[in-house]
Amino acid sequence: MMVPTPYYVALSSVLLTIGMVGVLTRRSAIMMFLSIELMLNAANLAIVAFARQWSASGAETALSGQAAVFIILAIAAAEVAVGLGILVAIFRHRVSTDVDELSEVRL
Amino acid sequence: MSSVVQWAALAPLLALVGSLINAFFGRSLKEPAPGVIASLMVAGGFVLSVLAFIGLQGSDHGVQVTLWHYLLGGSLSVDVGFMIDRLSVTMMLIITGVGLLIHIYSIGYMHGDDGNSRYFSELNLFIFAMLVLVMASSFPLMFIGWEGVGVCSYLLIGFWYRDKANPDAGRKAFIVNRIGDVGFLLAMFLTFKVFGTLNIAAVNAAAPGMLYGAGALTAIGLLYLLGATGKSAQLPLQVWLPDAMAGPTPVSALIHAATMVTAGVYLIARLGAVYAMAPGAAGTVAWVGAITAFIAAFAAFAQTDIKKILAYSTISQIGYMIAAVGAGAYWVGIFHVLTHAFFKALLFLSAGSVIHAMGGEQDIRKMGGLGRRMKITGNTALIATLAISGVPFLAGFFSKDAILSSTLTSGLLAGSGNDVLYVILLVTAAMTAAYMFRWYYGIFAGESRVDKHAAEHLHESPAVMTWPLGILAFGSIAVGYLGLPEFAFPNLIHRWLQPATARVDFNELASSTDWWLIGLSILMVAIGIGVGWWVYHVRKGAPVAGLKDSTLAGASRGALGFDALYRILFIASGEGLSGGIAALDRDVVDRGLAGIGGGGTVLLSRLARLAQSGFARAYAFAMLLGVLTLVVVAALTGVLK
Repeated sequence: MMVPTPYYVALSSVLLTIGMVGVLTRRSAIMMFLSIELMLNAANLAIVAFARQWSASGAETALSGQAAVFIILAIAAAEVAVGLGILVAIFRHRVSTDVDELSEVRL
Repeated sequence: MSSVVQWAALAPLLALVGSLINAFFGRSLKEPAPGVIASLMVAGGFVLSVLAFIGLQGSDHGVQVTLWHYLLGGSLSVDVGFMIDRLSVTMMLIITGVGLLIHIYSIGYMHGDDGNSRYFSELNLFIFAMLVLVMASSFPLMFIGWEGVGVCSYLLIGFWYRDKANPDAGRKAFIVNRIGDVGFLLAMFLTFKVFGTLNIAAVNAAAPGMLYGAGALTAIGLLYLLGATGKSAQLPLQVWLPDAMAGPTPVSALIHAATMVTAGVYLIARLGAVYAMAPGAAGTVAWVGAITAFIAAFAAFAQTDIKKILAYSTISQIGYMIAAVGAGAYWVGIFHVLTHAFFKALLFLSAGSVIHAMGGEQDIRKMGGLGRRMKITGNTALIATLAISGVPFLAGFFSKDAILSSTLTSGLLAGSGNDVLYVILLVTAAMTAAYMFRWYYGIFAGESRVDKHAAEHLHESPAVMTWPLGILAFGSIAVGYLGLPEFAFPNLIHRWLQPATARVDFNELASSTDWWLIGLSILMVAIGIGVGWWVYHVRKGAPVAGLKDSTLAGASRGALGFDALYRILFIASGEGLSGGIAALDRDVVDRGLAGIGGGGTVLLSRLARLAQSGFARAYAFAMLLGVLTLVVVAALTGVLK
């Protein structure tokens, strides 16, 4: 017995909203970063759910949706490496990761 | 025989190859290699010209060599081709023959100059362009040569470019020549409209079938005359030639005396058939020549620069040639080109020898008595001076006399005042003798005014320079005998050129009248030389010393103020105009753009800066709003369905 797709979509929406609220409310760059990852994976979940629905309907057996998610995961891993690298550099420099303080480029 | 003649088409190529060798490899060649290479290339051209000359002995018609088609379109067809006939071969012999001597002389004159290989490259390029000019079978190709010699003239006038006056003189020559070139171009357009072809031989063949004195022919003739006045330094475009003396002296001899400046004469002789049908144009040509001859001779009197006197003398002598071709005596014009090439090249080269010996001094007031220290230069210069003055039995006498009698008897000038032209040219002949002896006595005779330092270094030039002087001196005597007075003696050059030039009617004079005319011209020359001798040698210039500050002397010094007039008319107005435009650009356009564009940008950027709060979460919120907007719009319009 398969879990129906709308359940996955609902979970994905909840995760996305949690991530969004996290990005908008948190001031720590690390927490913002975590929230962004949450949003990203909410999208991944939705894609995988839709891909399963698509092949279950018999129209297509290809795994293009799942493949796309793997690519997204791989790129996200690279992005995490770069992003965390930047964060570590900022932290070393300023002993803080409060994004509101990182605005001195502005006039 | 025609194959021998065809080979002459290679002559320009040889010069071009020499130019390219010196241009690309000249710097790594050791002196005198660049000069030797350049001279060999010109010598090759001379040999080919001589072969063509021999090959053309039997035939009246020239040989057309078509290399390739250049322009094809509708009824227009222009070939890159050469017309090697008696007229162009005569010019080729002058260009390569005198050119060869001047190349050899230059090896000595330019010895040790930094730009030695550049000099010979440009000199060879000039020979190439000049040969293309005279050999071209169509007007566009002739125009390419015409422009080519202009470029070489510009390059060589400004050869010593570190002194700003020299390139300025080159630029002046180039710009003044452009005015004439516009005339040449318009004439070409009109030729194509009237004749439907740009082939020179075809135009000459069609012209006699036109209406005598037709307006179109007159217009074509006048426009080509404008081109000729530019290149040949005739009124009103004569102002560039005296300044062109800024170039090295052998350049003055080759380009600004012997060859390039005679291109206008050649052009009119080449188009003789057109001018023979357009008496109005021919009359204008003759008058331009005669007036230029007179004015330039007048201007030569007050000059003190050894080369400027010769420059005005060149303008004056070309005036004679132009008058001759205006009278329809095309062989006479070319004959004077030939004799003038010898004695004027000799005058310039001996002037160069003097300048060389004096260490660059050109003011004749600081010379005098040089003939005693420089025997060969002095004696050859005397021969040239006698030749240009028109002393009997030297080359200039025969050609000048032919010009005088042809202007008097020309049927083409019947309505344009033959006799007045004759009198002007006759008086000018006396003036020529007088100012040339002023030149000679000022430099080579009398007591020395050379300053001590220069006197110690005075020396005769090396053999590589004196040999060309000797050969040219021989030519200044001998070539005159090619054109003995027709009424009594066989005239070789007339018979030679007759098939290649148009026929014009001349009035027959009684033989005794002919002798009287010759006597008259000898008398004028004698008066001129006598005045020159008495004023400038016996009295050492005392009779004219009082004139120094008079208007007459001032007018002569300033060459009747043409330069000053053009300065006011064209240069001042041009500078005023460009100054006004510069002010407009600076104060209106620039300021306006700075005000409107700059102010607007500042305002907009201030607005845009409000959006850049610097708070990352504000940006994220803006992104969220954007995504929501997109979703709402998509849902409402149904784009996604």
